Amino acid sequence: MNYDVAIIGAGVSGAFIARELSRYQLKIALLEKCNDLAMGTSKANSGIVHSGFDAIPGTLKAKLNVKGTALMPEVCKALSVPFKPIGSLLVAFCEEELKTLDTLKARGEANGVPGLEIYDKAKLHEVEPALNEDAVAALWAPSAGIVCPYELTIGAAENAVSNGVEFIRNFAVDAIDYDGNEFTVKSGDNSIKTRYIVNAAGVFCDEIAAMIGDNSIHTIARKGEYMLCDKSVGNTVKHTIFQCPNPMGKGVLVTQTVDGNLLIGPSAIDIEDKENTDTTSSTLASILETAKKSVPSLTTREVITSFAGLRAHLECDDFIIEKSKANDKFINVAGIESPGLSSAPAVGLYVADMIVSDCGAAEKSDFNPVREAPVRFRHLSNEERKALVEKNPAYGRIICRCETITEGEILDAIRAPAGARDVDGVKRRTRAGMGRCQGGFCGSKVVELLAKELGVDINEITKFGGESKILYERTK
Amino acid sequence: MLNYDLVVVGGGPAGMAAAIKARECGIDSILILERAESLGGILEQCIHTGFGLQYFGEQLSGPEYADRFIEQVNDMNIEYKTDTMVLDVTEDKTVYAVNKKDGLLEIKAKSVILAMGCRERPRGALNIAGTRASGIMTAGTAQKYVNIDGYMPGKKVVILGSGDIGLIMARRMTLEGAKVECVCELMPYSSGLTRNIVQCLDDFDIPLYLSTTVIDIHGKDRVTGVTIASVDENRQPIPGTERRIDCDTLLLSVGLIPENELTKNVGIGLDRVTNGAVVDEYRETDHEGIFACGNVLHVHDLVDFVTQESQIVGEGAARYIQGKKGEPAYITTKGVGAVRYIVPQKVNIKNEGDVKLFFRVGSTFKNATVKVSYDGNELISRKRPRLAPGEMENVTIKNDMLKGFAEGGVIEITVEA
Repeated sequence: MNYDVAIIGAGVSGAFIARELSRYQLKIALLEKCNDLAMGTSKANSGIVHSGFDAIPGTLKAKLNVKGTALMPEVCKALSVPFKPIGSLLVAFCEEELKTLDTLKARGEANGVPGLEIYDKAKLHEVEPALNEDAVAALWAPSAGIVCPYELTIGAAENAVSNGVEFIRNFAVDAIDYDGNEFTVKSGDNSIKTRYIVNAAGVFCDEIAAMIGDNSIHTIARKGEYMLCDKSVGNTVKHTIFQCPNPMGKGVLVTQTVDGNLLIGPSAIDIEDKENTDTTSSTLASILETAKKSVPSLTTREVITSFAGLRAHLECDDFIIEKSKANDKFINVAGIESPGLSSAPAVGLYVADMIVSDCGAAEKSDFNPVREAPVRFRHLSNEERKALVEKNPAYGRIICRCETITEGEILDAIRAPAGARDVDGVKRRTRAGMGRCQGGFCGSKVVELLAKELGVDINEITKFGGESKILYERTK
Repeated sequence: MLNYDLVVVGGGPAGMAAAIKARECGIDSILILERAESLGGILEQCIHTGFGLQYFGEQLSGPEYADRFIEQVNDMNIEYKTDTMVLDVTEDKTVYAVNKKDGLLEIKAKSVILAMGCRERPRGALNIAGTRASGIMTAGTAQKYVNIDGYMPGKKVVILGSGDIGLIMARRMTLEGAKVECVCELMPYSSGLTRNIVQCLDDFDIPLYLSTTVIDIHGKDRVTGVTIASVDENRQPIPGTERRIDCDTLLLSVGLIPENELTKNVGIGLDRVTNGAVVDEYRETDHEGIFACGNVLHVHDLVDFVTQESQIVGEGAARYIQGKKGEPAYITTKGVGAVRYIVPQKVNIKNEGDVKLFFRVGSTFKNATVKVSYDGNELISRKRPRLAPGEMENVTIKNDMLKGFAEGGVIEITVEA
């Protein structure tokens, strides 16, 4: 197949680049090595929309973060993705850290972050009663918020696909050739041709760039582990609570999630294996210890799961979004670590602008920026539920009891543009299996629904593609 | 809006026995709501035998045990709706439920029996380190795949936790051709029934490693192995005892949690140890007319006990509906030392019969004495050759004893080695 643009990597950056480019008369492929969208960094991070006071003024991180965060409420509305503007508090525990607050406030103001304010001890404990007594002051950032990172990725990618982008899964790029006019992008026996490539491969950006002879990027995989707690303790804190940053990143935070759980993490450890998302008991224990400095009441009692994600860190500590020096039709989008999620809407615009100004593509007349809101039975009133089940009985069968997810919602997730093909894909789109029993009851029903919809035997269904099958052969 | 005298949430062994008893006590208007496709609850996937020894005096499989009650429900024309999920129960006993056929149901009840059962503790609650590969599931999920769907979830299996479902699945997977490498139990004793350890592990030469846990899970897509280690008296892994075992499946049987989400929504008080409602001897909660029985109240080891408990509840709900309850005068029950909990947590001293107190101990005992005292005076002393956390015990408080108690008093149960 021949495309104008091939985007390598269907994480949040790739999804937003695809969506922005789909405004134009271009033939676009979104290539993903896994079985689904948001399978790398975009499915395992803090889900924070940062206000933008961390990055050094003048850096791409600073510029795109503040712009992305400003765009986020509107973008989330168009994509029907929940966004909660809960604000963040960066807490100081000693005199020295008070200086950090001042420095970051000044930096934020230089970056154009709105509404920054230093809260004194009294005010701080009034707005966030769960905080440690020892907290002396905090930097309040009202423009910060929370979003579900994979839901945002799925929303943007679905919208892109509805506007003509082709999503090609299980396409692990292993070679790229250039004939002076077009690239040939290969994955095993499959290949596509394209005029432009966007390299949005996250921690693998360096390996993809090296395929065209660009050895300028060295991605360091920096692992972050998290613990997720039950919704019963979701309201422990009202805002995102940061500690003062350290050389490895923004430190351990405590926050609500947009779905009402409580999230604690991340750690920050540089690792060799770019697919290593193991959690380790010692790291999880140390995260909890660190987090308790902010919120002493935290315990492991309510932890329902833990997970790890990898940040694509670069030594320059900034995003690299530019035409490759090896080929100016190849655009690197590298080093997209925090605040990459916050920046994603702005990264999409930035990259789309680079390509469109180079190729001069015209805008489409029929671009639709809106993704229709998926049905969320659990959020409906009884009257709405009644009407819904009358219209479609599939919404009357509850599959996931912990999260109250209906058969109708699961079928919608499978049938959606770039829809779910595996159990984890259904889980990320609907929350089936994300509750306290973690899929103990609904897992097998989701497997059945997937098999039926995809027209395969139930032992073909995987947890997340590849060899992650759930069942073997039939019993004797 | 529908109206029933009694709505039973859950059509497993608990809900059915309660409904049948209520009908026998004269309640005509009864509705059972069941979330699965058929009545019977978890028994439908328990195709092994061992059910009914206490209650029927014979060995039945799970489905056979359930069938005896399903038949009675049908013979008595007790109404039920399957594939129906209860979404909410309100304080004024309005039940909201949904299914494909009726859509959203709003049902007004005079009395509600909560019989939702329990769920298995998942991996996340254990915080086991390692990858997120497929091939990790609870023993009960594996049981459904094997017994209901007819598919094998793995071929080389390690089981963490020696709860009864884990033990049963060790045998079941072996019979289906899988190799069960071992069962690891964090505690120095098994929480399963002795008969299950003998019949499911010993008879198949499956090793049970006590004071051992899984500390790491390997494999990117599918599980390729686990690392196990011995633990010290504080349940912390002992360095140097780590050992890797190759396997493609890790089954978890690490505890059951009563499913009390609806109970919590009503605002009913829960016992921190049982994770079930605080109840009186009829298993009535602190909300008048709302009862609980079976594994949603406390996790039972034998379904026979669930049946007996649920019959008490059926009678209690009938008495409530018929206005026979009267004004109760409660004493409380209290487990001391090794006695982790007692159900019921309170007893009406005006009750006209004997009252059985069910309790569970926190560690194993040989030749121990169970003592019951009231306000410091010993009432009962019974020798027990063996007490174990996996086996529920009971003592009966005779009615004449009850008559001698005063409102606000406390009955204590202790165990002496």
